[in-house]
Amino acid sequence: MVDRPEVALDELYREVVMDHHRHPRGRTPLARVDARAHGFNPVCGDEVLLSVALDDERIAGVQVQGRGCAICTASGSIMAEMLPGRTVSEAETTSEAFRGVMHGTPAPADVDLGDLEALEGVQKFAVRVKCAMLPWVTLRDAIRAWRNGGTEATSTTEQEVG
Amino acid sequence: MTSIAPPAVGFDPRALRRRFPILDRKVHGHNLVYLDNAATTQKPAAVLDALRSYYSTSNANVHRGVHTLAEEATGLYESCRARVARFVNAPEARGVVIVRNTTEAINLVARSWGATLSPGDEVLLSEMEHHSNLVPWILLARERGVVLRHVSITADGELDMAALASLLSRRTRIVALTAMSNVLGTINPIAEIADAAHAVGAVLAVDGAQSVPHLPVDFRTLGADFLAFSAHKMYGPTGVGFLVAKPELLERMEPIAGGGEMIREVRLDWATWNDIPHKFEAGTPNIADAAAFPAALDMLEDLGMSGVRAHERQLVGYALDRLRGLGWLTVHGPLDPHRRGGLVSFVDPEIHPHDLAQVLDTLGIAVRAGHHCAQPLMRRLDVAATARASFGIYNDRDDVDALVDGLIAARKYFGLA
Repeated sequence: MVDRPEVALDELYREVVMDHHRHPRGRTPLARVDARAHGFNPVCGDEVLLSVALDDERIAGVQVQGRGCAICTASGSIMAEMLPGRTVSEAETTSEAFRGVMHGTPAPADVDLGDLEALEGVQKFAVRVKCAMLPWVTLRDAIRAWRNGGTEATSTTEQEVG
Repeated sequence: MTSIAPPAVGFDPRALRRRFPILDRKVHGHNLVYLDNAATTQKPAAVLDALRSYYSTSNANVHRGVHTLAEEATGLYESCRARVARFVNAPEARGVVIVRNTTEAINLVARSWGATLSPGDEVLLSEMEHHSNLVPWILLARERGVVLRHVSITADGELDMAALASLLSRRTRIVALTAMSNVLGTINPIAEIADAAHAVGAVLAVDGAQSVPHLPVDFRTLGADFLAFSAHKMYGPTGVGFLVAKPELLERMEPIAGGGEMIREVRLDWATWNDIPHKFEAGTPNIADAAAFPAALDMLEDLGMSGVRAHERQLVGYALDRLRGLGWLTVHGPLDPHRRGGLVSFVDPEIHPHDLAQVLDTLGIAVRAGHHCAQPLMRRLDVAATARASFGIYNDRDDVDALVDGLIAARKYFGLA
């Protein structure tokens, strides 16, 4: 009988993650919405409704709604806290770096992942990577829709390589 | 706590457990507590031995060769069919089509019998169906302009029989329902529904994925026209499932896949079909897994499905009492163990099912968390997901106790207790 190595739960649910899970940021409605996307994880049924306010290329505010597990909620909360003030392309760079970390590639030295680093342990729990990525997949589609002149998009984590 | 019945007499889950090699393993340093039997069951050594024996002694293609191995392989494959017919008391073995799984069996009915439907004809389903008994009909509706109707469920998670009666009409051509919900555990009154369906001239297709492994099922008294189920949920191998049907209906159906084995005569531009059930079995089938499945049926027949049902009914009764006794869980489905099979779906309002399942996994407890391939039912229950514990012959009260301890540990871990 082959046992999997002991996996510490605390790797997954670090203190920072639990704090964002218990007190999620970015729940307040925005005064103005310039891009919106509805993300869905068909594996578990979790949903994220993401609204973004933009001043030209700069993100002014992020609202995250929906229902998700602790990992998904924390990931969305961290996003809502860190993105305001960054440009859309900076947000995309952050998103790509985070995706890399989730798939085992360390973030480039010039990218500051902030609290997202606390989600690093998720990569060891393969099925949970999609939970962490759901808000970010949704953000990518919101940005894409906004660039194409629309405001609404629908995304699923199935576009995310597991 | 309400009344807890004593364990079923003569049924020894501990002894049964020793027949399943995988149940010896540890998960994260803990004894495995396997409570995901509605997804798939574990396999006894007898099934593993039969698989090995097939490939070690009799492997050949079926129905074509005259050599000894081909004859043996064909005999084993066909004896699976005969054993399945006997297990569910089907009128004839030729009414048993061997497919990959329940999903494929339902798709066969939807595509082949469904091809006889016209625009405006109706198919009656329910809100508690698994995606495998929803999506094949959605495909049919898109192709043929068929109208889909859905029986609602009551607050207790049972089929609304008044709604069913009002939705049945002369336009209803097919009624397709689960015999036992994979989320709520609800056991539906199929025999009663069969009479009502036949009274309006419809056929009844039953999703038996959860019922056939856990309840005594007699195809003849059930009254269904089609019954679909999978070997892997009844201690057999993956990759083998069955469509049991009235032979006279199969005779009237066109094949949905063409190829070897399903033909009688082929010219360059036309072909005639083999007899049933072979005309629905194009190409080389999953011979080895079919050959191994009777070893699982031997075990279930020795235990007796009434004994299996009594054991699981008492276990689910105990689980319902203990889970509801915790006080903080929402438990879905009927509360009377006589009206439900051996599974329980529940939600901790403060811990997402995924997080709950993650904590339980670190304790070696395997439960399912998610939408259980029943997204419309999740919407009806107004939840994104549930956690589900589902029982098999080798589970006992200790497993339920471990689950309950795990749920308490999860609350502590998330700072809720």
